[in-house]
Amino acid sequence: MAQPIRVLVAKVGLDGHDRGARVVARTLRDAGMDVIYSGLHRTPEEVVNAAVQEDVDVLGVSLLSGVQMTVFPKIFKLLDEKGVKDMIVVAGGVMPDEDAAALKQMGVHEVMLQDTPPAAIVATLTRLVNERGER
Amino acid sequence: MRDTVDRNVLDPSAVEAVREQERDWEANEVAQFLAKQAERKESFLTLGDFPVKRTYTAADLADTPIDDIGLPGRYPFTRGPYPTMYRSRNWTMRQIAGFGTGEDTNKRFKFLIAQGQTGISTDFDMPTLMGYDSDHPMSEGEVGREGVAIDTLADMEALFEDIDLEKISVSMTINPSAWILLAMYIVLAQQRGYDLNKLSGTIQADILKEYMAQKEYVFPIDPSVRIVRDCITYCAKNMKRYNPINISGYHISEAGSSPLQEAAFALANLIVYVEEVLKTGMQVDEFAPRLAFFFVGQADFFEEIAKFRALRRCYAKIMRERFGAKNPESMRLRFHCQTAAASLTKPQYMVNVMRTTLQALAAVLGGCQSLHTNGYDEAFAIPTEDAMRLALRTQQVIAEESNVTQTTDPLGGSYYVESLTTQYEKRIFDILEDVDARGGTIKLIKEGWFQQQIADFAYETALRKQSGEKALIGVNIMVDDTPDPKIETHAYDQTTADRQIARTQRVRRERDPAKFEELMAQLLEVAKDDSQNIMPITIELVRAGATMGDIIESLKTLWGTYRETPVY
Amino acid sequence: MASVSTYVPSLELVERIANGEISAIARMISRAEAGMPEAREALAEIYQRAGRAHVIGLTGVPGSGKSTMVSALAARLRATGSKVGIVAVDPSSPYSGGSILGDRIRMTDLSQDAGVYIRSMATRGNMGGMARATMDAVDILDVGGFETIIIETVGVGQDEVEIAKAADTTVVVSAPGLGDEIQAIKAGMLEIADVHVVSKCDRSDAHRTLTDLKQMLTLGVKGGKKSEWRVPVVGISSFDGTGFDELMKALEGHRAVALHSEMGRQRRVAIAGFRLTKTAENLLMERFARACAPLTLDFAQRLHRHEGDPYSLAGELVAASFGKE
Repeated sequence: MAQPIRVLVAKVGLDGHDRGARVVARTLRDAGMDVIYSGLHRTPEEVVNAAVQEDVDVLGVSLLSGVQMTVFPKIFKLLDEKGVKDMIVVAGGVMPDEDAAALKQMGVHEVMLQDTPPAAIVATLTRLVNERGER
Repeated sequence: MRDTVDRNVLDPSAVEAVREQERDWEANEVAQFLAKQAERKESFLTLGDFPVKRTYTAADLADTPIDDIGLPGRYPFTRGPYPTMYRSRNWTMRQIAGFGTGEDTNKRFKFLIAQGQTGISTDFDMPTLMGYDSDHPMSEGEVGREGVAIDTLADMEALFEDIDLEKISVSMTINPSAWILLAMYIVLAQQRGYDLNKLSGTIQADILKEYMAQKEYVFPIDPSVRIVRDCITYCAKNMKRYNPINISGYHISEAGSSPLQEAAFALANLIVYVEEVLKTGMQVDEFAPRLAFFFVGQADFFEEIAKFRALRRCYAKIMRERFGAKNPESMRLRFHCQTAAASLTKPQYMVNVMRTTLQALAAVLGGCQSLHTNGYDEAFAIPTEDAMRLALRTQQVIAEESNVTQTTDPLGGSYYVESLTTQYEKRIFDILEDVDARGGTIKLIKEGWFQQQIADFAYETALRKQSGEKALIGVNIMVDDTPDPKIETHAYDQTTADRQIARTQRVRRERDPAKFEELMAQLLEVAKDDSQNIMPITIELVRAGATMGDIIESLKTLWGTYRETPVY
Repeated sequence: MASVSTYVPSLELVERIANGEISAIARMISRAEAGMPEAREALAEIYQRAGRAHVIGLTGVPGSGKSTMVSALAARLRATGSKVGIVAVDPSSPYSGGSILGDRIRMTDLSQDAGVYIRSMATRGNMGGMARATMDAVDILDVGGFETIIIETVGVGQDEVEIAKAADTTVVVSAPGLGDEIQAIKAGMLEIADVHVVSKCDRSDAHRTLTDLKQMLTLGVKGGKKSEWRVPVVGISSFDGTGFDELMKALEGHRAVALHSEMGRQRRVAIAGFRLTKTAENLLMERFARACAPLTLDFAQRLHRHEGDPYSLAGELVAASFGKE
């Protein structure tokens, strides 16, 4: 039996807009994945700790408060400090195109914004995990 | 005067005659047409899943008493809260604004006023909304980003510099920390020598919908509701024209609910607040006239109009029948409307102007008292000046050019709209009855009952967008690969946090520490005693240089914080 | 993303686990969950080194406040200097096989403490409330230096008693106001408890749950079973901290019994026996699944055509499958 993909769906920062994050959590569960939801108002440190302890395949961070350029550099720094090299990091929410491009430069594997169809999110995560291979 | 006997628009024989006509029409004209070409869909539904008939006739008004339709400005206010509505005065054009420091937002306010805006609406940054000072570690990166940063009275002074608060009404979109902002506003008004009874405006302060939907909360539910109660009773006694609460369906909708859930859940929250205030011994007519509401203007045009009309009717009945209100002022629902931010798209973003126009028109035909129209760029970042100007112009076109304002409730009597209004009313009361039967709103919030229903409709909506069942131009139909013109988005000023923190720290340095400590100790004493009102001590604290964070952090030691059990 | 270059062989992880390296512990648990053959040798090595930790099994019906209590308990254990590992097991969706694992959310007070490790696991169709790799995870955490390991499972019915066959100390949590006064009885969990906890004792209706439970126990439902240990009933409140001193004492007391008494020794043998049987069952199931896969369709068609009955054909299928190995 293939191992379900493990995903941490995380809300970082102070914004409470969790509609998207919870729709994504439910979509991924219904696609057979194991989803850990961080709950609201988490810090980058808390999220990275959880992602490492849970050894998730994918860390998905949802943001609608515009703090992406503060949060993601921290996440990558923390992952680096913990010696984690193979975690797939994706972003979701609302942000300007320039920021989305900058995040991809920084190492975010995929940026999936508002109105990304649920099936597309499942397909993207599945593809990214397959590309990564066994770990 | 209102007759207590239910009378309908048509007498029973006329209803039967109309039904007979309908059956005949279905059997002949409709059947012949369908034989040639089927309709586009098997069944037609509103955005909120109400079935829509092929057409509506007078027979569809058979179960709507004419007194429920009534006249504008008369119970049950279905057709409008006031008899003359926009013939006397247009709705307040109230574009929300807020970013950076008080000074930065003050400039935007003045720009909007110069463009013809008639009310002010303030958006706060996330730390302010959540009760953190700008120099708290949780605030990093968020200071002044999504709204204006307010930590102290000094920030409030900068925010409203050179704006006459007796002349313009000010709305503050804030919840768990709202009472502190209200205290700052009061102190500012006192410093300027204003008469508190002349100030008009509102704080949102609708904490229950935060647990249901928007998730901006600090304290557990009980102390949070007590604070709301204190705001309402304080304002009833000291600020006769001020709305101490804006009971909001908007955020319930943005979190993914149906329009019906939006309406019913907001009224469920209303009931809790009224009950809490009544427990203090205050009479319903002493405070109910200042209760105000905030709803979204969604995409389904007629459904939204019916929703607004039904809300007014339900509110009037609840206040009169459930709470025994006597004063008609206590029964007329007044609401602010904002067009639906969640309906806006990034692709082909200029189409957002059209979406917003239709939503705004529905709000006006539904009889709103004030309106915010979204900027076309809100799926990118907070709006630019250009986007805000166009949004304001949209309202001005409706008000000045379209002539829809010349008669009140122009859709009154529409078979479809009246029928949908009555269906909404019935379903809203069904839900409220269900809530009562299950043990009440607060219990159900703790159990995640509302949250689950909102989540279910949100999930359903996502699937419908994916399947194309819910059309979205540029996203699932009319997708155009031509790149959109480059959009200028509002740029965040990186110096904001430093400027803001400098002022907050200066205020802390300059205040009298002994006085501050003494007042903080008093705050905890007041907070421990549920029978006291928290407003007076808060007013003294902000006057003495307390920051919002000082007050919130101190109360956290007493009350703890709320943590939700999420549902999916 | 070259997978070959980043793959660290499991045996290499063992030393890193022994050094308490979190990412190595986490990865090893993933491999145990996946049942990777490559990891078996390393897991064997880990089992050899394990056996020091106090393993506490904690179960209760949904809504009994388990996770919040685990969070508060872990904080107490941390204060004594013990590193705490938590394995929170939640059921998988029977429809998709996926899951949403939500227990971490109620443990956010621990999220910044390097001495606490929390791992969420889905049951993935495994009966008995435990996940297949739960005990492997316990061993890995044990070797990783976690002195107390709490396994949290959702108790919903008779099946959940597996936890009692895996932990040194079993704690059953009940809460007031969930309808049935004592859910533990209904769920068949009364007898498995070494310690009973009634949570939410800041509520006025908790007293009744406490008395009912105590009465039930003195009525002697199998009262003579645990002569060296008298099962205590502890009322706690995770909200105001009530009862945690008593709970800590009860756990410490039972730990001494579990480690040093004859009853404890027998229990440990029983735990080992259960582990062995479960592992053997899993091996058997894997072998059977592999071997019967090519035969199943043919057998199903024969059954469909009524060329045999389910019992005889199943017997034949089993015989044929194992004949092949």
